[in-house]
Amino acid sequence: MNNALPKPRVAVHKFSSCDGCQLAFLNLGERLLSLAETVDILHFAEAGPIDEGAMVDIAFVEGSVATSRDAERLKRIRENSRYVITIGACATAGGIQALRNMHDSGEWLAGIYAQPGYLDLLPESSPIARIIKVDLELWGCPVNGEQVLAVTRALLVGHMPHVDQNAVCMECKRQHVVCVMVSQGKPCMGPVTQTGCGAICPKMQRDCYACFGPAIQANVSALSTHFAANGMLAREIAQRLLFINNQAEPFLGSGIQWQSQAAPNPTSSPGIK
Amino acid sequence: MNRQRFLPGERFQSLIDQLKSAGYDVVGPQVRDHAIVFDALAKVDQLPIGITDEQAPGRYRLEKSESRRCFDWATGAQAIKPMTFVARETLWQSERLPDGSLTFHETLVKTRPTAIIGVRACDLAALSIHDHHFMRGAHPDPLYSQRRQSLFLIAVHCMRSAATCFCTATGDGPRARSGYDLALSELDEGFILEAHTGRGLDIIVQLGIDEATVEQIERADAGIGQAAKQQQRILPVGPLQEKLVSAVEHPRWQTLNDRCLSCGNCTAVCPTCFCQTHVDEISLDGQQTSHIRQWESCFNPDHSHIHGIVIRSERAHRYRQWLTHKFGTWEEQFGRSGCVGCGRCITWCPVGIDVTEELAVLCKGLVNE
Amino acid sequence: MNNPFMPHEAEVIARHDETADLFSLQLRFTDPLIHSQYRFVPGQFNMLYLPGMSEVPISIVSDPDDVHIIDHTIRKVGSVTSNLGRLQVGDRLGLRGPYGRGWPVVDAENTDLVIVTGGLGCAPSVSLIEYVLRRQARYGRIHIIQGVKHSSDFIWRERYDLWRQYPNVEVWLTADTGDTLWPERLGPVTQFFDQLDIDPKQTSVMMCGPEGMMKAVVHDMQQRAVPGKRIWFSMERNMHCALGSCGRCQLGAKFVCKDGPVFNYDELAPYWGHKGV
Repeated sequence: MNNALPKPRVAVHKFSSCDGCQLAFLNLGERLLSLAETVDILHFAEAGPIDEGAMVDIAFVEGSVATSRDAERLKRIRENSRYVITIGACATAGGIQALRNMHDSGEWLAGIYAQPGYLDLLPESSPIARIIKVDLELWGCPVNGEQVLAVTRALLVGHMPHVDQNAVCMECKRQHVVCVMVSQGKPCMGPVTQTGCGAICPKMQRDCYACFGPAIQANVSALSTHFAANGMLAREIAQRLLFINNQAEPFLGSGIQWQSQAAPNPTSSPGIK
Repeated sequence: MNRQRFLPGERFQSLIDQLKSAGYDVVGPQVRDHAIVFDALAKVDQLPIGITDEQAPGRYRLEKSESRRCFDWATGAQAIKPMTFVARETLWQSERLPDGSLTFHETLVKTRPTAIIGVRACDLAALSIHDHHFMRGAHPDPLYSQRRQSLFLIAVHCMRSAATCFCTATGDGPRARSGYDLALSELDEGFILEAHTGRGLDIIVQLGIDEATVEQIERADAGIGQAAKQQQRILPVGPLQEKLVSAVEHPRWQTLNDRCLSCGNCTAVCPTCFCQTHVDEISLDGQQTSHIRQWESCFNPDHSHIHGIVIRSERAHRYRQWLTHKFGTWEEQFGRSGCVGCGRCITWCPVGIDVTEELAVLCKGLVNE
Repeated sequence: MNNPFMPHEAEVIARHDETADLFSLQLRFTDPLIHSQYRFVPGQFNMLYLPGMSEVPISIVSDPDDVHIIDHTIRKVGSVTSNLGRLQVGDRLGLRGPYGRGWPVVDAENTDLVIVTGGLGCAPSVSLIEYVLRRQARYGRIHIIQGVKHSSDFIWRERYDLWRQYPNVEVWLTADTGDTLWPERLGPVTQFFDQLDIDPKQTSVMMCGPEGMMKAVVHDMQQRAVPGKRIWFSMERNMHCALGSCGRCQLGAKFVCKDGPVFNYDELAPYWGHKGV
């Protein structure tokens, strides 16, 4: 890229989220600084610069849409940005906070807050793509900073990159991680979960819990039936599906089905729709 | 001189040492993360002594065996495929210079002569297929070739089969027949060594060991025979290309659409699967790129993607592609089936789909289910 | 050992916009030795590379006897081809090739040719037509049949008009749907076959286009008793490494990148017409 040309402009916006995805960005450390030499970061509240209304080439959006003000702000971001890229489970699928979509959140608010009238809360927590057009979706709770960096570099050379949406399994195998499901009987979600994390959980002998959302054409029905045949309870299977990416299909549909088959749980909260 | 020699069990370390002094890095099987895997081997006690494997569709467990043998297990999580067809490697790099020109650089592979102890007959058969694929075509693969040429292979004839093994059905085992430098037969008291190459013979000579007795050789043969007899899984009588290609509309494929996870585990553990994807990695300043090859699977929709269309768009299409290729059209490409009977695709399928069962149904012809 | 996966630097010598999303690039290897040794046959393809993006297979449309010219006509269908469309004269890119088996231009000598194209800007068949028209003495009658979805998709009108003027050449054009000013026929390409005066034993059929159209043509030509080994088509698959290594372009027992992309019907008959093969 010719140095005489103006640097590409980047913004990182935050909506309803824990900031973990922005932190994943910051954790890139030195490499983030190198990136900062090739772009102008105009808005990134977590890191310092604030200019929410800036016109940019790439806008990264973290978090889900939970209030009516969020939706308005988001539309302005779309107008001001050439590419909008969602980062993380909240922005891409509604996040853990979207669990309330399956419940009567008004009742919850009344039970928790003395004066819920001060809250401007939409009935549902929504992924960004439900409100505006999104050019690329990056999954994960949190996102993989390396993946964000790779996507950014590709966009900077003018290329709309292809995000690998295949199952985690292939990455386990590329890293010679022994399958925790086959060798230890752990209920790993890897076969139905999108790759991108670097297989960090299986590498630590843990079963994947699907924080990168569903893999392309994920066969959730076959995997969950297999879990059930191996002794997992319907309620446990439902919890596995209705978790960080609870609004993403086919996790949502299948999770609701397993939930309906589950024995009633006496400790569950009231107000299930 | 090609007679079989006997290495007492307590002297196995001397084989490792001899290989090292002959200039080889030594790699051997060992237990890691609840499975047997190949890794650098310095000491004999790193080997899986007294360990055996219990395998079933979708299931792999290590257990204590009744013996103190080192190779009393059938197959590990991977064959030696990752040592020649590397899971992820840079093929070449490019650099954009300030004047706008573009340069390309070859990637140089650093290899050291490496001896692998414990290669099974099925894995050797698979390696020979990969040699054909990567080295004998119009465009030999320089990275594969260089790694392949650095290997010294020490086979172990199997004396035990897992429940998922079916190398007798493919004709590739349990006795290793070719493609190795040295072969071992393990007895309770030690190992029978036989050389298949001159450099293998050199190692045996330097060990200064006696000939094996006829009784020992007979006992080893009986052990190998027993491994063959333990196998239960069979394949339909081949050749299978025509049968499978004509089963293209068989209703069984649709049931696989429901059962298969399309996760690609079967292809990743298969010692003959060679599919790959090439991806670009861009440097921080955007001026350099690395063109990287990594393992891929025909179970990924991307695999058959052409501008906006996925040709094998359904899981059933992809399972059909894999099975039809592996057991059928492979024959036309390589002059033999792509299956060596190691059974890994059965064991390491998370939901335990058994290719031998599927083939039995598919090759019987069209039946109304 | 020479690394066959590695491209060589090439330079854009000329560029031309054919339509809004179709353009042509003329390329030259910057290493004169590589350029002088480069030879190809019609129907073969090259792999084009832009740094940081994937390689793309693009068929060669220039004439193999113009040894110093490597022409590509490219449709902007994705990110890489769109970026190729932004290249200007003098820009550099990666190039390797040629790959694959091209059209059976020698095998088809002394026969009548039926060249059927579906869709627009089908580069492999345009290069074939140009090739045989320049060497017309070697071939019999040449029937050129082109079908497009909508009449407005039709490009290169001048070329077709020129081809029509050759002796012993017939050009038949049709569109699935057309506006009122479309002077040609409406309907599928197969509608012309009844008017084709061909001797099935002395005819070579070559085609390029959507698989549905090719299926219909094969069916029709078989009815006319044209032998399967004389019915040829250029197949499209995911040609990714171009060396028969990566496995992505497999079609039955064939690696389309090295065994094809041009096949005759007999070679692919067992796989023909099944969804998702």
